[in-house]
Amino acid sequence: MTDPRFVLAALAIPFAGIVLMTLARHRPDVREAMTFGAAAMLFFVVASLAPAVLAGERPAITLFEMLPGLPVAFTVEPLGWLFAAVASSLWVVSTPYTIAYLRGNGEANQTRFFACFAASIGAAIGIAFAGNLLTLFLFYEMLTLVTYPLVTHHGTDEARRAGRVYLGLLIGTSVVFFLPALIITSLLAGTLDFRPGGILGGRVGPAGAGLLLALFMFGIGKAALMPFHRWLPTAMVAPAPVSALLHAVAVVKAGVFCVVKVIVYVFGVDALAALGGAGWLTLVAGFTLIAASAVALRAQNLKRRLAYSTVSQLAYVTMAASLLTPAAVMGAALHLVAHAFGKITLFFAAGSLYTAAHKTEVGELDGIGRAMPWTMGAFAVGALSMIGLPPMAGFVSKWYILTGAMAVEHWIAVGVIAASTLLNAAYFLPIVFRAFFVAPPAGEAPGHEAPAAMVIAQVLTAAACVALFLFPGFAIAFAKSLAGG
Amino acid sequence: MLSQHFPILLVALPLIAAPLIVLGRSGFLGWIASLAVTGAATLMAGALLAKTTAAGTISYAVGSWPPPWGIEYRVDAANALVALLVSAVALVAMPYARRSVSAEIGQDRQYLFYALLMLCLSGLLGMTLTGDAFNLFVFLEISSLSTYVLIALGRDRRALTAAYQYLILGTTGATLYVIGVGMLYLATGTLNLADMAARLPDVSDTRPGVAGLAFITAGIGLKFALFPLHAWLPGAYTYAPSVVSAFLAATATKVSAYVLMRLYFSVYGVDAVFRDMPLGPVLAVLSVAALFVASAAAIVQRDLKRLLAYSSVAQMGYITLGISLGSATGLAAAVAHLVNHGVTKGALFLLAGGIALRAGGTGLERVAGLGRTMPLTAFAFVVGGLSLIGIPGTAGFASKWALVSAAIGDGQWWVAAAVLLSSLLAVAYVWRFVECAYFRDPPQDAPAPGEAPADMTGPALALTAAVVAGGLLAAPVLEASARAAAALMGLAR
Amino acid sequence: MGLLGHFTYWATVFILMTGLYIVIARGNLVKKLVGLGIFQTSVYLLYVAPGKLIGGTAPIVGGAFSVYSNPLPHVLILTAIVVGVATLALGLALVVRIREAYGTVEEDELLEADAKDD
Repeated sequence: MTDPRFVLAALAIPFAGIVLMTLARHRPDVREAMTFGAAAMLFFVVASLAPAVLAGERPAITLFEMLPGLPVAFTVEPLGWLFAAVASSLWVVSTPYTIAYLRGNGEANQTRFFACFAASIGAAIGIAFAGNLLTLFLFYEMLTLVTYPLVTHHGTDEARRAGRVYLGLLIGTSVVFFLPALIITSLLAGTLDFRPGGILGGRVGPAGAGLLLALFMFGIGKAALMPFHRWLPTAMVAPAPVSALLHAVAVVKAGVFCVVKVIVYVFGVDALAALGGAGWLTLVAGFTLIAASAVALRAQNLKRRLAYSTVSQLAYVTMAASLLTPAAVMGAALHLVAHAFGKITLFFAAGSLYTAAHKTEVGELDGIGRAMPWTMGAFAVGALSMIGLPPMAGFVSKWYILTGAMAVEHWIAVGVIAASTLLNAAYFLPIVFRAFFVAPPAGEAPGHEAPAAMVIAQVLTAAACVALFLFPGFAIAFAKSLAGG
Repeated sequence: MLSQHFPILLVALPLIAAPLIVLGRSGFLGWIASLAVTGAATLMAGALLAKTTAAGTISYAVGSWPPPWGIEYRVDAANALVALLVSAVALVAMPYARRSVSAEIGQDRQYLFYALLMLCLSGLLGMTLTGDAFNLFVFLEISSLSTYVLIALGRDRRALTAAYQYLILGTTGATLYVIGVGMLYLATGTLNLADMAARLPDVSDTRPGVAGLAFITAGIGLKFALFPLHAWLPGAYTYAPSVVSAFLAATATKVSAYVLMRLYFSVYGVDAVFRDMPLGPVLAVLSVAALFVASAAAIVQRDLKRLLAYSSVAQMGYITLGISLGSATGLAAAVAHLVNHGVTKGALFLLAGGIALRAGGTGLERVAGLGRTMPLTAFAFVVGGLSLIGIPGTAGFASKWALVSAAIGDGQWWVAAAVLLSSLLAVAYVWRFVECAYFRDPPQDAPAPGEAPADMTGPALALTAAVVAGGLLAAPVLEASARAAAALMGLAR
Repeated sequence: MGLLGHFTYWATVFILMTGLYIVIARGNLVKKLVGLGIFQTSVYLLYVAPGKLIGGTAPIVGGAFSVYSNPLPHVLILTAIVVGVATLALGLALVVRIREAYGTVEEDELLEADAKDD
């Protein structure tokens, strides 16, 4: 039996870290040691929960009653553990990177930055371990609010405008769609607990289920389903570590995590398949997938291209979940992990390019691979994983999604996956090609590699992409346990 | 036993304290007396709430004259809750008042300030606890007259015109109310609210009752700034002394809203108001207009207190929207928002007072850079603002949740949609503060960074903490509101 | 009872509307208060008139007094008159202060002065 206080510890560590960081705000070294310590401890605690969850245990704790009959409660289940593990392990990896980036670029307000960063991770852990929809919603909104200061970190007019779009879309969708979806669910089901098989069984008809699902799916703006995706590219005005950890991992993964969670634990995969209210979602996600890839193809700013690639990759997860087959749900869970490692590698590389060479546009990258072989090598690994080529993690998840799509003979979904793979290749491979095979512009001084801490971080995440392909068993075990297989 | 006299003591204690403070002629003694009275009132109101929760309605015959001949004070789960809100906010404001009043009101007039505040408190508590329609009018005027003077004590000369405007509109409202009560008295021959409720169904000619309902709705609507009868409110809240703005915003409009609930649900009854008369749709439309028009007005204000005042008009719309549903769940949501918004607005106005003291004003240009100069105050203000929006973890979320579930439960989808959409306007006006405080540099003549004195920041932060506690542990408030709604509708024991 | 039978109500309505009209239509703050006073006076009539019975006496318990007027409205209105006087006094005091601060008691000039302050 796992002590459920471990769950509380996981939640408390990031926030305790904030207190310590604030106390040490005048001594940067101590402050950064605190950040790293908190990240490492969090990872340790989350990792220690793994055996129990794999063994079928569901460590749970109920804190207090927030609304009548609706407590703030936490339960660790396989999908939540996967998300928490991804977020906490990447927090560890990204901390040295962040420190090097902030110092290398002389950023202001570093204490506020670290504090909000830790709070974002704390909120992500809260989402991951939420035992009911209300708890999830509480941390979902918190995540939006604590990332706002990070998005607008530079305090410029551009940052302020980006902040408005960010907040307007995320708060707007969550209040106008997500909240009523929650309230309707609680009125229908009398509970908001996550239960295997769903809580709505028999209480809604096909049309009602379709509408409620629409409220949920568009309400979860963090999943960036079109037409509510624009906050993600605009948020790229933030410093690179924010884009890397939050807008490639914590925030967007929180979005698709909620999508999968709602489909699996609120509607129930089988119940929703029987009702047939999710067909439209496959199409909307498929459209988002292709359209975002097309925009990425034309984006010349590297981070913007990566952002649209993220929108498209998030749609993979949503589409996979909407297929409602065990293999596709497994694929959704695995893609959540695979994409996290791949995309953070790409963003790390983008941040290195900015720090070492002050390059932000795709057109400026000619021959940069010669000066920054490690950075661009890691970038290449991440790009291959995005495309879904072996031996990268992206291959595994795409395999399962395709299997799931074929199992229900959803040829549109199959076609979308095939087309998007080509598009992915079309917008990533030219970057790799330019970096390594095009000669640098004449007269440009030879560059140098990014600081060691940044290089190490991206090499680690790139290695993880490969490792997840070579040893996928562990993650697959969790995904299987989620899909009930 | 003393505790059985709590209903009258709650009203009498501040009423007696007021002339004593005038006789004392000392601002400090006045403050001590007010602190003691508000402390005692809070304890008594808490005891009454506990007692009504446990044992149901308490009837107190003033001077032992039995009702309906004598004046009856009738305390149930609804007005005990409102009384607790009023006296608790007054208590929290007292430590704050000492320094704030010293800064804003001349030394020689401070004792008058405390005397008036006690009169106002007595009037509000009297309105809340009395079970007699005419007695209610008298207390309404006691609280109103003292309020006019309190507002006029503001430093800006516009406080005088604001007070005058409020006097005209407030007196008009009170007179309309007393005309409505006159109609009811003519129809039923009684002024006791419970007696009136019992006799009203037997009155054969319903026209006086209907006319009375119209007069009462308009009159009380004026008092709690029902859109479009809110013209007095922005000026009054903007130019009043800080502590007065906070106290009034948290309590005065709320007590009037409670009076409307009492008359609608306890005296007339749901059927008379919402089935025989189309007051449901009328109130709903006015409320929704308030949500959007007043919120939009708040967005374009250039003064923080004025922004909050317009936000109050909008937030009152949520309360009347809950009333307009005409159901137990809707009424419970209205009561919950009455309490939650009272606490939230109290906190925000107290913080605004600290800003006025340190930054030399509440114009948005004075607020610029506040995130650096007064980080704690700015952060607390954002938390209060989140409660206005209804972000989970704040009190505003709980009542919004209750209101939207009530609307959906009653099949009023457009009401639910209006509530949710209007929250976005609240995001816009709250974020005007955020962008001013965090993205702009402090003005050239800004004072050195530093918070307001601890005795002002403390109470403001205490109320802000209550906002968060009321969001995370909302179940007790929502349950108390449900009990209050049951008591108002006569469904309780 | 015909229309004339309700003449006290007609008088009440007339006084009420007169007062309200003055409050709304006049720009002079003192005249507004006069209007407000007239407006309140209508209430006194509304309450007192129905309490009076023709031939009624004071309410004394005894064989000789069978028909008596209702005393309660009179008592209520005494209170209302006190409230009205207090309101008028306060209103006039405010007008004096406004005159000191602005140098005028005309509404349009006050609005103009306030517009300059903003």
